[in-house]
Amino acid sequence: MKGLVFERNLPRFAASRLVSVVGGSGRGVGVGPLRLTDVDPPELPGPQWHRVHPLLAGICGSDLSTVDGRSSRYFEDVVSFPFVPGHEVVGTLDDTDERVVIEPVLGCVPRAVVPPCPACAEGRTGGCERVAFGHLAPGLQIGFCRDTGGGWSAGGLVAHDAQLHAVPDALSDDDAVMVEPTACAVHAAVAARVEAGDTVAILGAGTLGLCTVAALTYLTRPATLLVGAKYAHQQRLAEELGADVVVVPGQLARAVRRRSRSLEASHTLTGGCDVVIDCVGSDESLAQALAMVRPRGRVVLVGMPGRVSLDLASLWHREVTVTGAYAYGIEDTGGLLRRTFDLSMEVVAAKGLGRLVSARYPIDRFEEALAHAGAAGRRGAVKVVFDLRARERHRGAGTDTKGPVP
Amino acid sequence: MSPRPGFVLEVDHSTPSTLFWHGEGYRLEQLPVGSRVLYAPEPVDALADPVGAIRRALDEPLGDAAPLRSQLRPGMQLTIAFDDVSLPLPPMRRPDARQLVIEQVLELAAEAGVDDVVLIAALALHRRMTDAELRHALGDRIFDAFAPHGLLWQHDAEDPDQLVHLGLTDQGEDVEINKRAATSDLLVYVNINLVAMDGGHKSVATGLASYKSLRHHHNAHTMAQSRSFMDQHRSELHSSNWRMGRLIAASGVKVFQIETNLNTDTFPEQFRFLQRREWEWTARDRAAFLASSTALGATPSRIARSIFHSIRAPHKMSSVQAGEVEAVHARTTENVYAQQLLEVDGQSDILTMGLPYICPYNVNSIMNPILVACLGLGYFFNMYRGQPLVRAGGVVIMSHPTPWAFHPGHHPSYIDFFEQVLAETTDPAEIGKYEESFATDPWYIHLYRTGNAYHGVHPFYMWYWCAHALEHVGAVIVVGGERAAVRRLGFKPASSMADALEMATDVVGRDPSITHLHSPPLLMADVQ
Repeated sequence: MKGLVFERNLPRFAASRLVSVVGGSGRGVGVGPLRLTDVDPPELPGPQWHRVHPLLAGICGSDLSTVDGRSSRYFEDVVSFPFVPGHEVVGTLDDTDERVVIEPVLGCVPRAVVPPCPACAEGRTGGCERVAFGHLAPGLQIGFCRDTGGGWSAGGLVAHDAQLHAVPDALSDDDAVMVEPTACAVHAAVAARVEAGDTVAILGAGTLGLCTVAALTYLTRPATLLVGAKYAHQQRLAEELGADVVVVPGQLARAVRRRSRSLEASHTLTGGCDVVIDCVGSDESLAQALAMVRPRGRVVLVGMPGRVSLDLASLWHREVTVTGAYAYGIEDTGGLLRRTFDLSMEVVAAKGLGRLVSARYPIDRFEEALAHAGAAGRRGAVKVVFDLRARERHRGAGTDTKGPVP
Repeated sequence: MSPRPGFVLEVDHSTPSTLFWHGEGYRLEQLPVGSRVLYAPEPVDALADPVGAIRRALDEPLGDAAPLRSQLRPGMQLTIAFDDVSLPLPPMRRPDARQLVIEQVLELAAEAGVDDVVLIAALALHRRMTDAELRHALGDRIFDAFAPHGLLWQHDAEDPDQLVHLGLTDQGEDVEINKRAATSDLLVYVNINLVAMDGGHKSVATGLASYKSLRHHHNAHTMAQSRSFMDQHRSELHSSNWRMGRLIAASGVKVFQIETNLNTDTFPEQFRFLQRREWEWTARDRAAFLASSTALGATPSRIARSIFHSIRAPHKMSSVQAGEVEAVHARTTENVYAQQLLEVDGQSDILTMGLPYICPYNVNSIMNPILVACLGLGYFFNMYRGQPLVRAGGVVIMSHPTPWAFHPGHHPSYIDFFEQVLAETTDPAEIGKYEESFATDPWYIHLYRTGNAYHGVHPFYMWYWCAHALEHVGAVIVVGGERAAVRRLGFKPASSMADALEMATDVVGRDPSITHLHSPPLLMADVQ
């Protein structure tokens, strides 16, 4: 079975980084450590594990960081090579043909760590302290672990019972593949602790930014939600998903200032937003977030940052809280504890997030797919996915609801 | 030899191309045969002895005013207010008309033993002038005598301690003006009149007023009812100012108005071709045109802007009159009309205009898109008496690069207005709902009071200035403008004049009549 494998190969890693810096994200695939090869289906690690045949598998920003050689060295000890990428997956169970989405975090339960770490004991699997331990090879998620496989392979992957979520018939495959990124957005929306009447700004309107717009407007009641979106299609989608004010990123600080009737000093608003959600994760976006959040306000990092250079004087002086929002688990929504993925499915259904899937590629056109994903904004796209349904159609289990690959 | 009157040229096959201003540059356009080109009268002669004329005006005032020297006495409080950096355009060579006039007023005050004298730049909601601009307008002697001692003020329309509310007009309009000016024993106002809109009661009632007062006439309704605001008798803007001016007088504020007319000699020798009729260009004019347009074409816009803004106009004072406000202004307006009026027979389907690099609100600054609109649809469109040069439902074609560029220090609220308000609506009547929030925004107020920023509400006024034109015309096309900026204004971009004329036929039909408003110098069309 054909699949994409990411190997530990430092020269290729460096070459990929160089090419992506020069040519753009996703362009370094040809010289990088990702290759298309025959992949054997992974072994089942235990009795509660299942084989999953991917139908659609998304290309995420963190995947692109990895392929581009841009990801932080922080992750070195929490991945294991070689691995098959792909953690945004809708597939079918090998044994029952049931359609499922994967909650990819490899916490204590899949790792058979007993007793579970405090985070997993509370259901906060994203905060698992044992992602590098247990009976599986290190890997914070399926798609970064040698033993589990990933969604970018026709050979499929394995997932634990605890990681499987049945997909209602009402959700199309396109909807379903958006459940995982939307779960990240749901977690971020909850972590933002938005109160009624708050002014909230979201930086970035790629997949994560748009899903966060959807999650925030579904789960919370900000007085004003402002979004900085670079491209016209992103601006349109942000408005459709419920943003009150959508401007290009360079105008966002001014739009926030106008609404907060703030003054400015040292290129920083004296007032500003109650909450800023950074869905980009760059030096610039973080600096912008700190410049537009109010004193004692909250900045939530949803986009995966790497090494950044940042002046933190305003954070110190204005007592700003900066918090990360990674993955999912259990969310406390007004005293009610719910699984993030359950909430995510509601958001996806209510907001019709399947519309964010812009292009589908067969796995053998991975170089085109990654180049497309790396330039998604410029090319009018949002989410680019691998389409592995040919095998499923062959098995008579196709659930395609949208058009063919581009 | 007296200056030649204006001239309406009908374009034929032998007519040379017509010069259009195009921001910090110019273009030659071949207008279709049959088009009319309006050329302004030539600049009138300058006063041979301006200082003598000023002294005569002060000694022999118009209306029921007493000579200035008889109104001055020891122990009195004297305030001299003067027009700000928005006049004249371009800034004139030294000595500025304000300097000449104020020097004479101060001389009389000194002779009379008046000690308590304050000068106030009548900014209204315009930006504060820089020291260099004040020094240029007033001359070194006055600046050095007053500024270091805190006696040279800039009107602050946001300082409640500097304002006094004089009451309401019979139309319920608040009259709130500068307290020092209103409570002085005598307020001398020194004006520069370049166009018919300036001066009269507008000098004090607008130049020294607060937002609370200005909002009564600086709004979409008033401006749409000012047809045109260059024609005082058909201008609701002026009616409101006149009501306020009369209330100011009735409140006991003694105003001694001094108005100056400048001639329309606008550009120095190296740019003289700009105000010559093209068929009369000499070899030297052609060479100057070619050399300057080639050089400007290769010059970054920032540098071209600074070259043009360094131009000092050879304007000369052509008359000066002083005394009671209305009597003075009647004479001033006569002089403006005598110099600028051009009889034009009827309207046309299309009005074309080339817009220069400067308007009253971007001296030493950037001509941002809102100011482009205001210059074209506010000022140039309204340079008429009788009826507009373009028929109702017609098309205005403006030539300007219209960059999406703003001076962040001078026009901060313009940026937000452009990004946020015009993104939603370009209807002058609609934008009013955002006015209050811009007018009271503490950041804009801070920048207006302490920096060199126009007041937060000012971009609204610029858009209101366009209200009459926007209501009247069927479409506005901008030739050579930055497309995104032009579209944001609600106008249509065209890459060439030929394209623009073709696009205009969609609105006005085939074989349209075309009139081109040639400038400089300024002209005012008396449309029959």
